[in-house]
Amino acid sequence: MKLHINGKAMEVARELAEKRLVEFLREDLNLTGAKNACGIGACGACTILIDNEPMKICIMQVKDVEGRRVLTIEGMAAADGTPHPLQQAFVDAGAIQCGFCTPGMVLTAHAFLLQNPLATREEIRKAIHGNLCRCTGYQQIIDAIQKAAPHYQRRPCEQKHEIATAAN
Amino acid sequence: MTERESKGWRNDAYAKVTGKAKYTDDLKFSNLLHAAPVYSDCVHAKIESIITEDAENYPGVVRVFTARDVPGANHCGQIVQDHRIFADDKIRYHGDVVAMVVAESRDIAILASRLVRVEATPLPAVLDPEQAMEPDAVLVHKNHGSNILNTHKIRRGNVERGFREAAFVIEEKFQTQFVEHAYMETEVAVCVPRADGVIEVYGSMQHPFSTRRFTSACLGAALSEIEVVGVPMGGGFGGKDDTAAIVCARTALAAKLLNRPVKMMYRRDWSIRESYKRHPYRIYYKMGVTKDGRISAVQCRIVADAGAYCSVTPWVTWRSTVQCCGPYQVENVQCDTYGVYTNNVVTGAMRGFGSPQMNFAMEQMVEIAAKKAGLSGIEFRRRNMVRQGSLTITGQRLDGHKVSMEQVLEAVLGEMDYEAKLARCSFGKSDSNELYGIGLAMSYRGVSLGAEGVDFCAAIINAQADGSILLETGIHENGQGSESALMLVCARELGVDISRIRYRRASTSNIPDSGTTVASRGTIMGGGAVTLAAQELKNKIAGALCEKLKCRPEDVRFEDNCIIGKTNRISFDDAMQAMFQSQRFPYAFGVFKAPRVTWDEQTGQGNAYFTWVYGCQAVELTVNKKTGKVKLLNAAAAHDVGKAINPEMVKGQFFGGMAMGTGFGLHEEIKLRDGKITNLNFNTYRIPRAMDLPEMKAILIENPDPISPSGAKSIGEPANEIMAPAIANAIYHATGQRHFSLPIHVAGAAEEAPKEKCGA
Repeated sequence: MKLHINGKAMEVARELAEKRLVEFLREDLNLTGAKNACGIGACGACTILIDNEPMKICIMQVKDVEGRRVLTIEGMAAADGTPHPLQQAFVDAGAIQCGFCTPGMVLTAHAFLLQNPLATREEIRKAIHGNLCRCTGYQQIIDAIQKAAPHYQRRPCEQKHEIATAAN
Repeated sequence: MTERESKGWRNDAYAKVTGKAKYTDDLKFSNLLHAAPVYSDCVHAKIESIITEDAENYPGVVRVFTARDVPGANHCGQIVQDHRIFADDKIRYHGDVVAMVVAESRDIAILASRLVRVEATPLPAVLDPEQAMEPDAVLVHKNHGSNILNTHKIRRGNVERGFREAAFVIEEKFQTQFVEHAYMETEVAVCVPRADGVIEVYGSMQHPFSTRRFTSACLGAALSEIEVVGVPMGGGFGGKDDTAAIVCARTALAAKLLNRPVKMMYRRDWSIRESYKRHPYRIYYKMGVTKDGRISAVQCRIVADAGAYCSVTPWVTWRSTVQCCGPYQVENVQCDTYGVYTNNVVTGAMRGFGSPQMNFAMEQMVEIAAKKAGLSGIEFRRRNMVRQGSLTITGQRLDGHKVSMEQVLEAVLGEMDYEAKLARCSFGKSDSNELYGIGLAMSYRGVSLGAEGVDFCAAIINAQADGSILLETGIHENGQGSESALMLVCARELGVDISRIRYRRASTSNIPDSGTTVASRGTIMGGGAVTLAAQELKNKIAGALCEKLKCRPEDVRFEDNCIIGKTNRISFDDAMQAMFQSQRFPYAFGVFKAPRVTWDEQTGQGNAYFTWVYGCQAVELTVNKKTGKVKLLNAAAAHDVGKAINPEMVKGQFFGGMAMGTGFGLHEEIKLRDGKITNLNFNTYRIPRAMDLPEMKAILIENPDPISPSGAKSIGEPANEIMAPAIANAIYHATGQRHFSLPIHVAGAAEEAPKEKCGA
């Protein structure tokens, strides 16, 4: 099976095809940013991007991402560790408390802003509706996403480059 | 303040936002075993036998543990040791754990857990706390002799006289629900036996020292033989004490007896089934009001469902008792409070700790009374609320700090343009489908533990020869940002950049037991200890270097990463090197001891808390006439925090508390059918999502408290305790109907009229 995770192509043994995707990432690849908090796709803590779509992977299997492009939170920052502008906005806005929902929240927001760089606060609320946070009341998370939006408000060709970089 | 600090700086933000932060379940150990709990389907039953053979013979299972494998004490608890590591004599609630399966993989442990059989004789279950109080009720704990776990009372003045003086008396009954903390990370522990015999405990728990006590008692080991290590934690909200500590203790038991690292990672349904909840309350109020709108008497009866085990019920209900009249002066008070054992899910600490229930009731009582007295709710509050020098209902004079009740109220009224909006409320009448309302609630809150326990906290500042600094305190990072706040206190006290400071990985083996990180005490107690440690360190440095600085020690200043004398200065780096060269350690140990409080159990009088905080929250909403759906439009909160150490993080506490208070008011309820929880995951237990919440405004009021060395007080719990009554009052102003039980369900026109009576 061929997988593309955070820009890297990899070959994975067939016998792992039916393993829960969240466990495969966490256990086999040590990508522990995706958290398994409900196990039924209700809370969004395990969210990753598959072909730039936010997906809850506690209810998915490895074979579901065969040949598709996967981006986890570990693939968001630049290679030198510099946080993505959206990540930096989360830090600056005070949007992080316990941090358990943060990776899923950042990725959901990233996918949303790629499509909707001019979103209103109400639209941002709607976009993160599937991601639960118990600490923040979402107020500063929405602030952060709004703060990062200008970064996404560039010409489409630059954006494409952005997606490609994020996936590389 | 540097730019970095003003941006809500946190020492763990980068690690968390990049996914690098390692929570307990993210830690990897070789040769790791996995454990899973075993429940029975009983609610109340006498255990005859637990048959483990089939599970033990399952391929991959290493061992199955039950109560008879516990080498130390199988009974545990912070107040009464009635909780079990494993159920032994009886099953007392549906979340009781009868056994634990340890296997080579988690899947195997879970599969094999189904093969453990429990033979038990069912007993009648006691599910209603008031029925449980009857003399002939079946007992949950025979040894206790009664299902009444604890009582508290207040006897102040003479309520009969107070009611005689009243122009009118109102009586109401309020009811609140079981609430789940819903921390995003479930309970999890990894325990690792070390070569020297010490068991290392990594776990999602909010109280390392309590966890260490539970674990050492369970293993029959000394406190020094257990090391509980701080790990990033995915939320607690008061919920990761007893039951989370027991998860650690069970895991440690397996690690010790099998001499291998063991992990027990809870599934969400186990977590909700087993972990303790917020107490449901039944509150009976009788309030007398004089013709000039003063509360002349309050009689109050509180029944709290403690569930199957004590946990911290006596402390939770104590706070409810002390704060039973809200922030109002009442001369005649009689309060009787009961914590009652039942076979329902255990209840214990949750953010607010017995105050959200009382505020839901009292903040509606004052508005009901105001209406009857012909006053606005605001005017009625102003006539009755505590002010500088007021006596509380326990006879404590509020002085020594700024009593800012009026200030927070004014701030919210101004921010919301409250009184103008109140005049526009629908009161059940509207031309459109939406009814509009605005409402508020306010509270005061005793800071830290009060008479609940001994209250002191330690901090260690250990400066290095190169000028870098290690800080550690007895306060635990639950996700709230305590480490960052305490680092900021340290940096400001020493006049150095925060980049010099590292928070040392917390361990129960490094620092004295400083109590629990509960009761909104982290910043005030930890900040106090850090401030005092920093002062001690500065004294040491000033004493050692004053000669070089050509001034007296008391004239030495600490600013701009320098130690400054009258005419010259030494860089902090050089100063630390000089300290080491002169055989002096730039090391300081600070202890902040909370001032003593007093309490008389017989009269319920005393100086219950060493200081108090004041808060007010308001909310605007609409109610759909047809569907009854409530939509929050806007909310604001003002809280006196003493001093905001890390303002963005303080705001985060406001917003998170208001959100959780919204859940308490409108959405959340753990539902039990015959003692069994029916909503065991987030698809059926509904915490607020982004669309459920309004835009929120945080107003930070700062009146530094002279008792607090850092000036800071509390915010975690105050922020969570008044949103539900603010919503209830706003719904009343929208619909003209009062709601006396939580969560509030507004019946739409399509539904039957609500059973609850209309507002007074």
